[in-house]
Amino acid sequence: MKLPNPLPRPADELDRLEAAWQQPTGWRIISAVNNTYIGLFYIGTAVLFLILAGILALLMRTQLAVPENDFLDQGTYNQFFTMHGTMMMFLFAVPVVEAMGVYLLPNMVGARDLPFPRLSAYAYWAYAVGGIVFFCSLFFELAPDGGWFMYPPLTSYMYSPGINADFWLLGIGFIEISAIAGAIEIVVGILRTRAPGMSLDKLPVYGWAMLVFAGMIVFGFPAVIACTMLLELERAFHWPFFIAEQGGDPLLWQHLFWFFGHPEVYIIFLPGAAMVSMIVPAMAQVPLAGYRWIVLALVATGFLSFGLWVHHMFTTGLPQLSLSFFSAASMAVAVPSGIQVFAWIATLGRGRPKLHTPMLFILGFLFIFVLGGLTGVMVAIVPFDWQVHDTYFVVAHFHYVLIGGMVFPLFAAFYYWAPTASDTQLSERLGRWVFGLMFVGFNLAFFPMHITGLLGMPRRVYTYPAEMGWDTLNMLSTAGAYVLGAGILLFLIDLMLNFRPTGAGGSGNPWKAGTLEWLPSGLYQTRSIPIITSREPIWEQPNLAEDVESGRYFLPGTATGQRETIITSAVDARPQYLLMMPGPSWTAMLAAVGTAAFFMLLTVKLPIPAVICGVFAVAMVVAWLWSTDPGPAFPPQDVGGGITLPVYVTGSTSHSWWAMVVLLLVDGSIFASLIFAYFFLWTVNPGTWPPEGVELSSLLWPAAAAALFAASSAAIAYASRALAAAERRGQWPMRIALTLGVPLMIAALAIALYDQWQAGLRPSEHAYGAAIYVLLGYQGFHVAVLLLMAGYTLARSVCGLLDPVRRATFDNTMLLWHYMVGQGLVALAVIHLFPRLVE
Amino acid sequence: MKADKRHPITKAECPFGFRWPVAASLVTAFLLLTGCDGIQAALTPNSPGAERIAEIAWILFIGAAVIFIAVMALTLYAMIARPGRGGWIGSGALIIGGGLIFPVVTLSALLIYTLDAAGVMTAPAEGNPLRIEVIGHMWWWEVRYLDEDGNVAFVSANEVRVPVGRPVTAAVSTADVIHSFWVPNLAGKIDMIPGRVNDVTFQAEEPGTFRGQCAEYCGAQHAKMAFFVVAEEPERFARWFEHQSGPAREPQTPFITRGRDLFLSSGCGACHTVRGTPAAGRIGPDLTHVGSRVSIAAGILDNHIGTLEAWIANSQRIKPENRMPSFDVFEGEDLRAIAAYLESLK
Repeated sequence: MKLPNPLPRPADELDRLEAAWQQPTGWRIISAVNNTYIGLFYIGTAVLFLILAGILALLMRTQLAVPENDFLDQGTYNQFFTMHGTMMMFLFAVPVVEAMGVYLLPNMVGARDLPFPRLSAYAYWAYAVGGIVFFCSLFFELAPDGGWFMYPPLTSYMYSPGINADFWLLGIGFIEISAIAGAIEIVVGILRTRAPGMSLDKLPVYGWAMLVFAGMIVFGFPAVIACTMLLELERAFHWPFFIAEQGGDPLLWQHLFWFFGHPEVYIIFLPGAAMVSMIVPAMAQVPLAGYRWIVLALVATGFLSFGLWVHHMFTTGLPQLSLSFFSAASMAVAVPSGIQVFAWIATLGRGRPKLHTPMLFILGFLFIFVLGGLTGVMVAIVPFDWQVHDTYFVVAHFHYVLIGGMVFPLFAAFYYWAPTASDTQLSERLGRWVFGLMFVGFNLAFFPMHITGLLGMPRRVYTYPAEMGWDTLNMLSTAGAYVLGAGILLFLIDLMLNFRPTGAGGSGNPWKAGTLEWLPSGLYQTRSIPIITSREPIWEQPNLAEDVESGRYFLPGTATGQRETIITSAVDARPQYLLMMPGPSWTAMLAAVGTAAFFMLLTVKLPIPAVICGVFAVAMVVAWLWSTDPGPAFPPQDVGGGITLPVYVTGSTSHSWWAMVVLLLVDGSIFASLIFAYFFLWTVNPGTWPPEGVELSSLLWPAAAAALFAASSAAIAYASRALAAAERRGQWPMRIALTLGVPLMIAALAIALYDQWQAGLRPSEHAYGAAIYVLLGYQGFHVAVLLLMAGYTLARSVCGLLDPVRRATFDNTMLLWHYMVGQGLVALAVIHLFPRLVE
Repeated sequence: MKADKRHPITKAECPFGFRWPVAASLVTAFLLLTGCDGIQAALTPNSPGAERIAEIAWILFIGAAVIFIAVMALTLYAMIARPGRGGWIGSGALIIGGGLIFPVVTLSALLIYTLDAAGVMTAPAEGNPLRIEVIGHMWWWEVRYLDEDGNVAFVSANEVRVPVGRPVTAAVSTADVIHSFWVPNLAGKIDMIPGRVNDVTFQAEEPGTFRGQCAEYCGAQHAKMAFFVVAEEPERFARWFEHQSGPAREPQTPFITRGRDLFLSSGCGACHTVRGTPAAGRIGPDLTHVGSRVSIAAGILDNHIGTLEAWIANSQRIKPENRMPSFDVFEGEDLRAIAAYLESLK
């Protein structure tokens, strides 16, 4: 095969490439944005939270070692278990798998970086700062104490008047935003930055899993964002979404929370499983058996996981029929996991696996995860669940699933992929001890809990009486927890002794693996971007490593002198354009710190400093965005092989358009959750919707609001056409139309709100009013954002940064605008037409 | 009438799984090592519903054990098998057979086997069930017994007394946050949710004392929100029911009279009811027949004069953050008199 670029390469080509990817040195390293650095920071921070939350677990285990212990009082213990669960879920598990994705994905798909490096930096810093402040609430006895599931009414203003619960709602709500930012990055990265030729059927399983993972975040996290929003509104302004006496229902929270909470388990597990799917073939030195089946299983799990949330609510007294449905769905989700387990076994059977440390962790994973899966089938059975729900049996079950399904694969991954980052490998000898301690410790800690639960010990109790027969089992669990902790401590020692990340490409390919992350690389990833014709390119494509390293493939240097990566088509990975990417930058980091400060200051009820930080964050975002959308600053560039790629595109080919669409999916899912809340509250208020004393207003006002919304959309559509014709007619028609859209949408919102207000409806009186005002409030949030974006777009136009070609900024504003109008029309229809339908 | 003190099922009586003697005895052996009391255990059932669940549980445990061992054996074989020999271990048929067909068949069978069980357990009780209402409070249980007409016959707390062999339907609800009503020996748990009333039905088969505990996290003292269920012969239950419906017993000695007067004059009646006296508070447990109960403080302390004294004087140390302040103002004799009065309320 003739390779795209001939040898020898120009002498200064590699130097120019290295110069473009030069990292800041010293403390300025924190302004780095490229995925290798952000990925490692991100993983390191997540491991820090694993350790902190693990210490909380050890303290709890110490308290429970003997009955009637007074090591921790009830207040401290309740904060600890809330923080342990919350941190493990939101600050360790989701971030660490996302972080592994940020670190690994570009290498694995042959990109130089993720498509939005500063967004990764923003997501990371928001998470790191927010997470650390959140953790520190423990030192002031301000940590949330309502459980990681935060069930109202316990967590509402009546029973949790302090700000502890607000730390959870604002802190976690904010960290979810960071997770979503990362997910958008990952979706676009996987779909649009794969090396030429890596069609979807050649995408490594890990890429598939991360695609499903990100998709599940896009649809799952909005539900928890919506319910934290509702609960915060109830706490702060007494909007009674969850208060039964005022037409609310505590079960609304449970539905929304578990609609997120169950997929969450698979959000954590699928990346772990996919790490196994990458490591097993390398250990066995044969390709993965059943690739297509595994991909199918991943996608099926993603879909099914959204249909099982009620199995967390089997004891709430729901109708039998719906319990049976969710019981069946919960069993069905075991099938895709079964397929994966047998595919791994088949792969091991085809090869001759070596018992390196990663392989030990994989075997430990199989042992633990299969047990956890089997108990998972048990708790899917309704009557059995009635007994074990909220007992230590369930604690045992989900630690088997989560530690087995995610932590063991993660440690396998640490030992397996460390050579891609570090100049020296982690120690095999220490690694075996780490595995041994973790495996024995884990099983000793958690297996007895199955029995403790069957003997009647409920979860979330800070102490227990001596005569219950739980003492010995609890003592065993505590001993096991310390052994597990010792294993993790030993891992940290191994890291300190042997982990030497330099960003310069690591220590080769010690496992003789077949995928792209094992190509020789530097900060710019690979010297040239290969053409992919197989799933294990290093195994299947002879001489690939040498040819890539010598620069014979695409883009062996930098074409524009800046950081670049090749954007390819989503399905078959044909090269489409060259994406210029930013280097080190402070704006994303400062914006993240400002956002974190805004949320945290709001939590501790310091509104003025909060607003200052919020404005600062917005200013930083604007400064950051200002340098995006560079336009066609360079002519199309030759990347080799006779292929010349443009450096700027707009419309549906553009990566920014894709990111915007994914963001709108998130947005639409949050809105859908609020609509769900409206209809759910209707079902708990049969015959009184609207409640007595509330009259439906005439349809005249909402019709006017709808017309104004539609008119604002038309103005933007006209502005879009005017921008396309700006060469001939100048920018003024576009500017006028865009400016005109603003008062139209504001008037529409104002009329919709005024209509409710003048009819006497108040949000704090009944859930009906609260449900309506939250829909309108969410619409108001969009109007405010669009006000900013319209001003920003106009400013770009005035500064000459907007023209018929360079218009990604305008396009993004337009997409959100049309979406906002659609959302507003749906909200108006639901609010005004639905009650008339059911009258 | 002197109530039975706690008489947990003895180890010899532990009625582990009737149908699965081998596995049951293995687990029993383990549980005995850990000191099985079995008064709050899902696998020592004493009602038809709990028995059915225990039967399902044993099938699940044994099935899971067999599958687990098989999968581990396959993994081990895959690790040591030489490629080429025994090619089935690396075949697509293994993936489809083990990962798709086997679980689909097994899970379908399991679903069919368990589908009706939940329905049977939630069906309205046949015959003439005893109807009670249990209301969760932070952190104790209000128990109301209904008469034949569905009116409240009397109110008690932290203890459910039931006749053996007659179905009991408990309508559960809450006065504040979400709690969950759970007596594992008799039935699965059912949540107590604001704005809703859920029903659970069970029927004790043998006399005995069983422990229940709140199973939904409900704040500071979730850990100390327990209660006892006392199942007794129908005649005995009927006598008890009759007695409980009546007012509190009048003091029989001057010391106890002093206790009652102190109880009334110290403001205890603001929170507690003692029927037949001016005390009519509704915030805390009804104390009309508190001396007849197995425990005090929601299943936390045995019930005798010493624990009553300790609780009155030190309730915030025994159960911090509970709604009752520590009454450490009483002199020793006064404290003892109040405790004696409460103990006398059989």
